[in-house]
Amino acid sequence: MSDVPVLKVTDLHVTYGSGAARHHAVRGVDLELAAGRILAVVGESGSGKSTVANAVLGLLPDGARRTEGTVEVDGIELTALRERALRRLRGDVVGFVPQDPSRSLNPVLRIGEQIAEALRRHTGASRANAASRAIEILDEVGIPDPERRARQYPHELSGGLRQRVLIGIAWACTPQIVVADEPTSALDVTVQRHVLDRMESLRAAHGTAVLLITHDLAVAADRADDIVVMQQGIIVESGPAAEVLAAPQHEYTRALVAAAPGLHSARLRPRAEVTAVTADASGTPLLSARGLVKTYPGDGGSGAVHAVTGVDLEIRRRETFSIVGESGSGKSTTARMIARIIDADSGEIRFDGEELSAMEGERLRRFRRYIQVVFQNPVGSLDPRMSVEKLVTEPLRAGGTMSRRQRAATAAELLDQVRLGPEHLERRPAQLSGGQAQRVAIARALAVRPELLVLDEPVSALDVSVQEQVLQLLVDLQAEHGLTYLFISHDLAVVRQISDSIAVMSQGAIVERGPAAQVLEAPGTAYTRELISAIPGAAVTA
Amino acid sequence: MRRLLNPVALLSVLVLAVTLVAVIWPALLAPYDPFDSVGTARLEPPSWDHLFGTDALARDVFSRVVHGARLSLLAAVLATTAGAVLGALIGLVSGAAGGRVDFAVMRVVDVMLAIPGILLALIVVASLGFGAVSIAIGVGLGATGSFARVMRAQVMRVRNEEYIEAARTMGLRRPTILLRHVLPNASKPIVAMASTELALAILAVSALSFLGFGAQPPTPEWGSLVSDGRQFIATAPWLSIMPGSVILVVVLAVNGVARNLGGNR
Repeated sequence: MSDVPVLKVTDLHVTYGSGAARHHAVRGVDLELAAGRILAVVGESGSGKSTVANAVLGLLPDGARRTEGTVEVDGIELTALRERALRRLRGDVVGFVPQDPSRSLNPVLRIGEQIAEALRRHTGASRANAASRAIEILDEVGIPDPERRARQYPHELSGGLRQRVLIGIAWACTPQIVVADEPTSALDVTVQRHVLDRMESLRAAHGTAVLLITHDLAVAADRADDIVVMQQGIIVESGPAAEVLAAPQHEYTRALVAAAPGLHSARLRPRAEVTAVTADASGTPLLSARGLVKTYPGDGGSGAVHAVTGVDLEIRRRETFSIVGESGSGKSTTARMIARIIDADSGEIRFDGEELSAMEGERLRRFRRYIQVVFQNPVGSLDPRMSVEKLVTEPLRAGGTMSRRQRAATAAELLDQVRLGPEHLERRPAQLSGGQAQRVAIARALAVRPELLVLDEPVSALDVSVQEQVLQLLVDLQAEHGLTYLFISHDLAVVRQISDSIAVMSQGAIVERGPAAQVLEAPGTAYTRELISAIPGAAVTA
Repeated sequence: MRRLLNPVALLSVLVLAVTLVAVIWPALLAPYDPFDSVGTARLEPPSWDHLFGTDALARDVFSRVVHGARLSLLAAVLATTAGAVLGALIGLVSGAAGGRVDFAVMRVVDVMLAIPGILLALIVVASLGFGAVSIAIGVGLGATGSFARVMRAQVMRVRNEEYIEAARTMGLRRPTILLRHVLPNASKPIVAMASTELALAILAVSALSFLGFGAQPPTPEWGSLVSDGRQFIATAPWLSIMPGSVILVVVLAVNGVARNLGGNR
């Protein structure tokens, strides 16, 4: 039976827009998926992988048109169906797990009702039957205390639990195929693992075929039977997961495998041509923090949020000090206190012997040039109305004005440092890719020759191959300019590539710290061990 | 490209182009002198010679409407500009300061919004004296409240953007951040709103001059032209209907363009 594919996509072409703005997003994709198998479609943003998922659901976004090709689900040709029949097909035969669990549930309906709604619409179950089946489903996807949860609203559930609810809805009518579009990209690693485990067990229990769309090669490696690699709308490589990863044929796949942080473990070294500044051996730390505390007052009855509950840390000169933790662990709050973006409730921060935490007003403003920040969302941290030239030289305005020619020369020089050509000077943030925008943000941070760079999740919004390039750039720049980094990340695989020292945060406190090798190779706490084992890609490195 | 092919927008642009000519160079469109009688033909109905007919003093109404465009439209543009600039400034300060300043300023704005715009304009005209400029100030003040509200909301949105935080960590001064980053990024909706407000302002200015607060005779002005025709409404209705229709068409045209501006950003 398993030889007959439940999903068959043949020569699929999809275009967006029309006329000159026409964009050919998918160009001739063929897929086959048999019952009980997991097929991962891997690619970077813009590769067309999500468009393929939409086409399989018969839900192409506005402006997108299927120009050629067929999609057959369970022997039925989708393109011949009318909207009504398609709607019945979705849910009955094809289930869907969306990317963002926080936006995909109706906020004013109770969890149980939302599952029951799907059941009643597709199976014609009675109200009472649907309600009790909904609770069973919640139990099946591993939500503790399902009776109580069924009566709760989406905002009362964490992201991980919400994604499990959505998985429950996708499987509610025991469909033959489930399409999961980046189902765990918005989740913490440990939660990601539980959610994916749950999908796999449902797959095994019901013999469902799963089409898993992901940018994360490591996730695909761990979970998929077969992998399809897409680039610019074309499948460049496909085959059994183990083969594709062990012996990638196409150069793009090879680049992806090499870049995936979960799949190798070494710390990046500065490239050979980079001339490193000789390290000074002074033993005093560049920055030290003692007893940092930050509490956000709760709104109404929810009570205060203890974001950071007493953090001490010391960052030595020219090292990369990383803080890892899951969302809500207080790592970003700590970094923002150190960068003096927000004020600590109590505690002391000393920078190069001076008491940074006591500075105010003009003195603080002048001092800011020693500590610069690179934010997570590269495009969001750049003023959309300014050209790159103005953006990178803006910090220098704080020191005084300069002539137009001087500014252009400085800007070109700064761009050169982050390996961007002068042709980018006139562009605006919207005309840059994520990686280019982050390079511009780094160039801007370097403009005032800071000593400490606070890097708040600087690569988590980027595609893996770009991630790797930006990390390499950071390592090179560190050697070239003798910079000190405070690196914040939720991704241990990335942290492993760049850190000298690591502090692991959980619930507002540092639970473990030490040299990178020690924390990663011989973790001292159960929490750190769980974080490390949750890094996807273990299937390959093992 | 599609925006240009939209027939409503195209027609609106055409109407406004003609109106603009009337404002800049009325003699090009008007066949007669707006102040002098064109013979003895009093209260004549529209004809090819006199498109909008003639009034009680045998003046060509079409010429008077064309010459009236300058005063009516300049007053409306002045009103909208004043309202937008003042409102944006209030909104910027209020949104950027936050806390008690914001609270106090917004209560004043609430009071301004509670009073109907036309009433506020009447109060201003009554205290400043009659004339197009005081009408403009009055109407502008009436629109200030809504501009302030929109600007404040925008400033509060932009203030939380990451690039504002980035600007702070660069060590830029607060006023620099406000003027270079917050203001330009917050003022887009103000521009879109100003174009819709312009249509309302043309109506308000005309209404006030209809009531006799505007330019005094014999200066032609749209609202007062409509008003002039009132006494002959039974015998020579075109005296009011023609200028009234012109106001309607121009307002619709401004709206048509404004809607397309808003829809395309």
